[in-house]
Amino acid sequence: MLHIYCPHCAEYREEEEFHCAGQAHIARPLDPEACSDEEWGEYLFFRKNPRGLHHELWVHAAGCRKFFNLTRDTQSYEIKEVYMIGEQPSVVAGSVQQTTASGAKS
Amino acid sequence: MSEMNNMTAAESAATKAAVMNQVPGPDVEGQSPLHHADFAGLAKRGMQEGGIHLRELALLGHLTLRCDSSNHEQVACVAAILGVSLPLTPLTSAEKGAYSIRWMSPDEWLILVPGLEAFSIESQFRDAMPGHYSLVNSSGGSTVLMLSGDNAVELLKKSTTVDWHLSEFPVGKVVSTLFAKSTATIRRTGDQCFELVIRRSFADYIWLWIQDASLEYGLVIKA
Ligand SMILES: [Zn+2]
Repeated sequence: MLHIYCPHCAEYREEEEFHCAGQAHIARPLDPEACSDEEWGEYLFFRKNPRGLHHELWVHAAGCRKFFNLTRDTQSYEIKEVYMIGEQPSVVAGSVQQTTASGAKS
Repeated sequence: MSEMNNMTAAESAATKAAVMNQVPGPDVEGQSPLHHADFAGLAKRGMQEGGIHLRELALLGHLTLRCDSSNHEQVACVAAILGVSLPLTPLTSAEKGAYSIRWMSPDEWLILVPGLEAFSIESQFRDAMPGHYSLVNSSGGSTVLMLSGDNAVELLKKSTTVDWHLSEFPVGKVVSTLFAKSTATIRRTGDQCFELVIRRSFADYIWLWIQDASLEYGLVIKA
């Protein structure tokens, strides 16, 4: 089980309270009508499946029911960072920073 | 925030159309989701000593409020109506007399009031609350269990993944979590006393679960 920090509740909870809602930072095209089929298909269907760091959208489904972002290593399952919607990750592929799972980014 | 927060008094009053008294007249008996369990009878016939004490706070008024915690007018309005301020710190609660408020999320609170006062309080919100907000009477959707006794914490440990140590979970703290895999909002009201707000449709399942989980401690039903 993952032990996940909810930045809204400001404490750690068990994984069973959460749902993963897939890849984070997927921007909806501002003008869908202007998209080619390929662009729209990319947006709608195609997702990253990295071995290593992955930025995911999670929801505290049984708790506060709010969404947040989480950076996880898909190989070790280690949670590197939790951050709010609208924020950018500070731990990214190739970065040397090795924070542990914490919401305490401050 | 947005211009939706600047409703005129007339526009606010127009939202009153959505409010109606959900409590039937005195000729219709109100029945809680655990009516069939007959807690009143079990309290007389059942065990009188044991490590778990269980009571249902039936037919309370459950009001779900969603508003903007940074809107001082809204926060002040809630305090004026209920006589107690919205708890703005995550996982905290506040109460005064028969009114209590639980933090549910950064923009959501659960207010419990005596069942017969729910309509009046809803109406006061519609009259006085400024700006963009939502108040939903969800009284029929859930019920409240009071769990206490020397083994109350042990029973919660079996049923949830939350840390119940007093240093982590002081009196007044509230969490929405999973209790035996069904959703529950649990608040500590005393060292060994807890309030569970549970879904109506799960009430019977949780009643069965609590009976089973308290077999080793002894279950005392309080009316
Ligand atoms: Zn949360």
